Amino acid sequence: MRRIISLLLENEPGALSRVVGLFSQRGYNIESLNVAATEDPTLSRLTLTTQGDDHVIEQITKHLNKLIDVVKLVDLTEGAHIERELMLVKVRATGAQRAEIKRCTDVFRGQIVDVGPTVYTVQITGASDKLDAFLEAVGDAAVLEVVRSGVSGIARGEKVLSL
Amino acid sequence: MELLSGGDMVAQALEDEGVEFIFGYPGGAVLHIYDALFKRSKIPHILTRHEQAATHAADAYSRATGKTGVVLVTSGPGATNAITGIATAYMDSIPMVVLSGQVATHLIGEDAFQETDMIGVSRPIVKHSFLVKRQSDIPETIKKAFYIAASGRPGPVVVDLPKDITNPFDKFEYNYPKKVKLRSYAPATRGHAGQIKKAVSLLLAAQRPVIYSGGGVVQGNGSDLLTKLARELNFPVTSTLMGLGAYPADKQFLGMLGMHGFYEANMAMHEADVVLAIGARFDDRVTNTPKKFCPGAKIIHIDIDPAAISKTITADVPIVGPVDSVLSDVLELLSEARKEGGDTDKAALAQWWKTIDGWREHAGLWTKPRYDQSSALIKPQWAIETLYKVTKGDAYITSDVGQHQMFAAQYYRFNKPRRWINSGGLGTMGFGFPAAMGVKLAFPDADVACVTGEGSIQMNIQELSTCTQYKIPVKIINLNNGYLGMVKQWQDMQYEGRYSHSTYEDSLPDFVKLVEAYGHVGIRVDKKEDLEDAMKEAFALKDRLVFMDIHVDPHEHVYPMLIAPNGSMRDMWLSKTERT
Ligand SMILES: Cc1ncc(C[n+]2csc(CCOP(=O)(O)OP(=O)(O)O)c2C)c(N)n1
Ligand SMILES: [Mg+2]
Repeated sequence: MRRIISLLLENEPGALSRVVGLFSQRGYNIESLNVAATEDPTLSRLTLTTQGDDHVIEQITKHLNKLIDVVKLVDLTEGAHIERELMLVKVRATGAQRAEIKRCTDVFRGQIVDVGPTVYTVQITGASDKLDAFLEAVGDAAVLEVVRSGVSGIARGEKVLSL
Repeated sequence: MELLSGGDMVAQALEDEGVEFIFGYPGGAVLHIYDALFKRSKIPHILTRHEQAATHAADAYSRATGKTGVVLVTSGPGATNAITGIATAYMDSIPMVVLSGQVATHLIGEDAFQETDMIGVSRPIVKHSFLVKRQSDIPETIKKAFYIAASGRPGPVVVDLPKDITNPFDKFEYNYPKKVKLRSYAPATRGHAGQIKKAVSLLLAAQRPVIYSGGGVVQGNGSDLLTKLARELNFPVTSTLMGLGAYPADKQFLGMLGMHGFYEANMAMHEADVVLAIGARFDDRVTNTPKKFCPGAKIIHIDIDPAAISKTITADVPIVGPVDSVLSDVLELLSEARKEGGDTDKAALAQWWKTIDGWREHAGLWTKPRYDQSSALIKPQWAIETLYKVTKGDAYITSDVGQHQMFAAQYYRFNKPRRWINSGGLGTMGFGFPAAMGVKLAFPDADVACVTGEGSIQMNIQELSTCTQYKIPVKIINLNNGYLGMVKQWQDMQYEGRYSHSTYEDSLPDFVKLVEAYGHVGIRVDKKEDLEDAMKEAFALKDRLVFMDIHVDPHEHVYPMLIAPNGSMRDMWLSKTERT
């Protein structure tokens, strides 16, 4: 099962490599990962997506919790949550394709953020499967370059991941 | 408030931490620290002949005393030489603080002379690590390092110290914190009451229980409580290689379990209906095929490390907490239950003990000798039994890795915790001799013997010189079979006796002459009838290092041996020709 694990990490050099190292060392896979500072400059927020059965996910969360740099951890997929990923896609846009791409972008509530004589750069935000669906709709032949931010997530409602 | 340089701070912090020994080796990046030690430290520093030996000595000092071992090495090759020792300590959860020099901060990343990314290289084999970037951070970082190393599930911590921050010119306020708190680190202090209650009712209802005790009982000082619990319940106890001695070798003790475990211990595990695992981690050398492990048992697992629980074998009753506190809670609940009329099933237990005694009778290593008594050659098992006799079972025994290690674990009947010191998790050849040094320094009046093989001893034999310098009179019991014996055993059993590079073709040194060159005593023993007297003589030489080069039967194998792959714990070779 796909899981979104989100953690508060000491904003220290080496902290990120400990998290990433844990996954390679123990043979777990990371599908996406993003990390940035939070409102508290001593903390970073790291969100990663991974695949595994309950046993594997339990081991992953236990080992992450053991890392001294990991301050707090939540498996967002355990409760209601909001998941977002940002994607920038450069697509071939010539002739009739230009209108077609524009229409498709509108359907996915994306934006064309850069225009060239033969290309559009499209920005789409949403859950990962929406981004996948856009790529499918546009078609492999048109896609020139894809940049995805990796998943960010936050729990719904009053629940807050903080110190 | 005193103003100190970074180097002085390191020296002073070790002093304030109550460190008894520093095991180390100097070099460019740590010269400021060494100068500070020279000027202001009263802590004895042991200059080993290789950084690996320094880490093993510090590690074994810790295993024997329960205190944290301290290592000081330079950057680059000094740091990388320490890696094997750090990994050894990590695998066996031994508290150790390794101070490594680093190139000056402005040179980091420039491939400077003797630069190695020590934090990166050591990352997967440390509990935690610090790169100290400012002088003023030194005291608190060292305090944190000691706290992290020794608390929770212990482990090695690396503190990487760039040369410039230890320079003698810049001085800062020095204040060694009494306590540190880390917001992201809070090891469990008590087991969950509800789980402990469940465990107690399982224990009381058990028909065929086994207590499976591990290194955590030694590390967590749970030996007395384990002994009390086992005796109150009249349950059989087996121990991992790491846990030997935590429960004494009495009649409730089934011996070691696992790969080369006792027949009765492995059988009891397989047939058990309740297994109480304490500070053990269901290592693959214990479980054999996990799917076939303890098919009929409910498993109670006590461990300080939540990640150790249900890692390979799912626990029915997981209890996260320190061994000593959880065991006291168990004992308390047990006596409450008894007051209310609850008790163990005495009839079932009597039946269980009868079954166990039958196994003991069939193939127990301590029931009657299972190796050839009439052989003219010295059997390695017999050498260990002689060692046990001569030292009255009361020595500290360190060991290397191989057949000699397994024979020592099987035949030296450990009655106290912290007496059996070996590299169980990593299986590091070269561990035993420096380990013996660390133990002997901590307990100068005790008998300390390193049981080794001619292969392993040569991996850190340079320490003979260290023992000369600091007068460390350990005894080296070299079970010389002329082979990398454990490798040979596997080649005999699985590769039709093709000895691919497991012998030395007459290149072994004359160990007696070799140790004499360092000023020590060497005794060679070839004849069975000479062994006991020679050993008595060796141990009578209290203040000399004695190297006993004992030539043993080269073709002996270690049994029992679990049959893998796909075997369960009851599938064992019991001798070269006999299997279960
Ligand atoms: C550093 C290291 N290298 C290789 C091994 C693999 N190994 C395990 S036992 C063994 C043979 C040890 O030979 P010896 O010390 O003579 O002991 P014996 O088995 O003969 O008693 C070897 C090579 C190891 N455990 N450690
Ligand atoms: Mg050998």
